Amino acid sequence: MNTFIITFSITAPGCKILPTKEGYILAKVTAYDLAKKQKEISVAEFFERNKHILGFGNQTRALITSVKEGVDNGLDACEEANILPDIYVEIKNREDGECKLIIEDNGPGVVKKQIPHIFGRLLYGSRFHAIRQSRGQQGIGISAVVLYGQLTTGKHAKITSKVEEDRPAVVTELAIDTNKNRAEVIARDTVHWAKPTGTRVEVSIIADYKRGKRFVYDYLQSTSIVNPHAQITYKEPDGAKHIFERTSEALPRKPAEIKPHPYGIELGTLIKLAKHTKSRKLSTFLKTEFSSMGDRTTNTAIDKANLEKNLDPKIMTREQFLALHKAFKKVKIMAPSTDCLSPIGETLIKRSLKYETQEISPEFIITSSRPPSVYSGNPFQVEVGLVYGGNLPREGAVRVMRFANRVPLLYQQGGCVTTSAISSIDWRRYGLDQTSGKGIPTGPAIFLTHISSTLIPYTSESKEAIADIPEIENEVKLAFRECARKVQHHIHKKVRRVKTREKFDLITRILPEIAKKSAYMLDKPVPSLDAVITKIMDVVWIEDLIEYVKVSRKPVQTTLIEESSQDHEGGTITKSKIMIVNYKCTPQKFNLYAVIPEDAIVGTAYPKPSKIANNYIKWNIGTIHPANKIDVNFELAGLEKGDFDENDLYIENINPAYVIGADKWEGD
Amino acid sequence: MVSKDYSNVISKIDAVAEKIYEDFQNTEIPYLQLPTRTKSNIKFDEKFNVWKYGKNTTERTAKSLDGAYMLLRTMYMADFIKEMIKIKKSSTLREMYYISEGWDLAKFHSQQESNLLAEDLEVITSCMREDFKLRPEEDGARVMGNLTIEEMTRNNTKKKIHCQDDVGDAGYSIPYNVEPEKITFKSVDADFIIAIETGGMFDRLAENGFDTTHRAILVHLKGQPARSTRRFIKRLNEETNIPVLVFTDCDPWSFRIFASVAYGAIKTAHISEYLATPASQYLGVTPSDIENYDLPTDSLTKEDINALKSELTDPRFQDSYWKGEIKLQLKIGKKSEQQALAKYGLDYVTDTYLPEKLAEMGIIKK
Ligand SMILES: Nc1ncnc2c1ncn2[C@@H]1O[C@H](COP(=O)(O)OP(=O)(O)O)[C@@H](O)[C@H]1O
Repeated sequence: MNTFIITFSITAPGCKILPTKEGYILAKVTAYDLAKKQKEISVAEFFERNKHILGFGNQTRALITSVKEGVDNGLDACEEANILPDIYVEIKNREDGECKLIIEDNGPGVVKKQIPHIFGRLLYGSRFHAIRQSRGQQGIGISAVVLYGQLTTGKHAKITSKVEEDRPAVVTELAIDTNKNRAEVIARDTVHWAKPTGTRVEVSIIADYKRGKRFVYDYLQSTSIVNPHAQITYKEPDGAKHIFERTSEALPRKPAEIKPHPYGIELGTLIKLAKHTKSRKLSTFLKTEFSSMGDRTTNTAIDKANLEKNLDPKIMTREQFLALHKAFKKVKIMAPSTDCLSPIGETLIKRSLKYETQEISPEFIITSSRPPSVYSGNPFQVEVGLVYGGNLPREGAVRVMRFANRVPLLYQQGGCVTTSAISSIDWRRYGLDQTSGKGIPTGPAIFLTHISSTLIPYTSESKEAIADIPEIENEVKLAFRECARKVQHHIHKKVRRVKTREKFDLITRILPEIAKKSAYMLDKPVPSLDAVITKIMDVVWIEDLIEYVKVSRKPVQTTLIEESSQDHEGGTITKSKIMIVNYKCTPQKFNLYAVIPEDAIVGTAYPKPSKIANNYIKWNIGTIHPANKIDVNFELAGLEKGDFDENDLYIENINPAYVIGADKWEGD
Repeated sequence: MVSKDYSNVISKIDAVAEKIYEDFQNTEIPYLQLPTRTKSNIKFDEKFNVWKYGKNTTERTAKSLDGAYMLLRTMYMADFIKEMIKIKKSSTLREMYYISEGWDLAKFHSQQESNLLAEDLEVITSCMREDFKLRPEEDGARVMGNLTIEEMTRNNTKKKIHCQDDVGDAGYSIPYNVEPEKITFKSVDADFIIAIETGGMFDRLAENGFDTTHRAILVHLKGQPARSTRRFIKRLNEETNIPVLVFTDCDPWSFRIFASVAYGAIKTAHISEYLATPASQYLGVTPSDIENYDLPTDSLTKEDINALKSELTDPRFQDSYWKGEIKLQLKIGKKSEQQALAKYGLDYVTDTYLPEKLAEMGIIKK
């Protein structure tokens, strides 16, 4: 066999063909080739025909796609091996348009035997791609870069890989035999490499560095924002070095693999699963190979499909599969569990954005996470962030940074569901300009959207835009609305703070002076002010302050919850100090809530809280008499300096109009 | 001269401090109340024939930051005045503004602010600025005519000044204090007082000898007249019964000059009975004069038109004479200056215009 048949586009998960122009082309070309011409093509030909949808359409795209494939693989590999990623990207360009690309990671490396397959064979991968949240989804990635390099420069790729700390690294020089879709090992060598483990890919490609330059930078910066646990170093041809620092020492939670859900399965995949299953009965097949299929649902589905429970899945006909596939849609099946996702988290997004926008010194950064949700049996989760003010340009459209499974989406913004969701919100209500209340708003802001899913529904194979799925659009909208509400809350709070500061000035500085002067003029003792202050204020006054304390060893004594604060060797403790003064003329008693980030660990809190939930602390504040005050303090560990930079306080069992500095508690 | 007895002033100032002090003691939020000092709150006082503040009041309360600042500044100013009285000094409003630099939180941010507060304090205590030993910086206006004034000089000697024989071309200069302890009118031999807006016109009348030929006392208003000028005119009119005529440019701002002389100014409505001369009459230049004398004109500006319109709702201009003239001016859309009369020659104003107008008004016979 010296030809290669392309079939993945119809059956492989992650290659769902959506009715977009580009998506159709791939399906059509494939069907055309297979059915009409009855002719098999070489990978080179396949690549040539489809290079635009594989991300190599022009020399600028080719550069970015190549960087992206390499970096994504490096990040994936590190995370899989529980290593904090350290990625190095270097580009060397020559006058004639040839670029040498070096991408290095500190991942587990690739065993010698696998190197030719992974880097020298298109579409190499396991037969069934695992269903889990991951960057790469179908194994077309890095080998396509190698192929592109070979086709455009005729040069071989060089892969260096080290899999064990005390063994040398293996250097492999590869070419691709395009007729066989097999790698040809040109040379092999072992070298000393200081890294404990890792992989280094060197490929020469024809690319437009001049134009692609900015995108490469943007891509790496964006990648760093959604991968706060990664350190990325980028060396440009002129020697300029950019380091995108790691802002979190914690690896993201490993996304769990899940079984396919009947609602989301493609017919082709269903057939393939049945062919390879160990189950001999249809009912066991459904129960073991799918998620959310219990006895009842399985039986109902089989009944609806007019099939037999004991049918051997391996001998089912196409019609029977079709009936089963149709029946899935008619049965009420529980949504798949969504705990397989690994979102970034509000605190980390905020921290990353803060770090990357330092030079802009934004007025505020606000993030918001939605709970996981499901579309067609696929779990997904939306997180958004908003950077506002500072040196951001007041004119022009808001910059939208889109991400899917921690990968930046750089192209086709207009065709992305996140764009249509943002566009459908009336941003004028939230202080941004927007012609006729529709479209991308203008103003000094950056929007960030991140969608995690076991299956990102891209509009096309080039994976640049997310399809118009109503469930996703709705979640993005809800997330931004929530974000916008927080913005309003923040602004409102700031305005109020100024006003209350004035009142405070009045009672603490001016009023005493008035009293003193009147007493002086009359030669009388200075009168007492307490009662008058109470009358002027007529509120319960809450003031707060946040401090950060660096600690060298054990960050915090976690006296209030059992769980110890992992094994942090030092860090920052966030100290929140709250002062409550009763300036009403009657005693006051109420509940106070302090909202805290979910990933924070509560340390000492005084007085003793009546409840510590994962996202708030609650106190029953005992009676405070007029003109008396009490202090409430708490400490948070597990956060960096600045992660928690504003107390979010709420009160309960007291008229909110009596209180300055906290809002009404609306429930969890 | 016996030096003025200020004990009354001191007790009035102390009353302000007491009010505040007692508020504290009664656990009330300290406040001071004073009449609202705007156009909408001036009422005609039948007794004095002048316009004074009406019943609307404004509260300066420590409830708000601004109000508290006002109270604090008021206290500082009151204390400062007490101190000046004690050490027998006086200061200009501008000096007080600079002195407030040392008042810490109570310091003023502009002189406008301190001037207004000084007026507030007058209103609250029903004292006059002179009682507070505060004086304006502007020098007094000038007087020329057959009139002898006895003035108490700096070294406490009385000096008689005849306002033609003892003065130069510039005339007698009105001091900031024109109360009887400072000046008295000894002998007056004139038929009317003519109060003139511009210096140029005052000098024209002086050069042409109008004070002699027509037995007039010329008073220069210098634009919007200072309090002392108005008080001077008021006293002269009351004590000698000589009619007062106001001679200004023909524009809305000049009408306001007349109003402040005749009816009382809005800002000083609390002391209108001291400052205003209800018997004074407007001589010109009137909008009708523009037409009758065919005077050179300028077009009214937007501000002029707005000012005229605002005067149509100003309670002081509600008689048929003023309504008619203001409406006429709005109709012709023109304004003119006193000195436009020079169109007909330098002597025209003294030989023709004034005699004609004075005769028309029944002041002199034709
Ligand atoms: N830098 C690397 N380090 C370790 N393993 C790698 C690396 N690059 C690729 N691989 C392995 O090769 C597989 C195929 O990679 P690739 O062809 O780029 O497709 P994809 O990343 O889309 O799955 C990956 O799933 C991974 O197991």
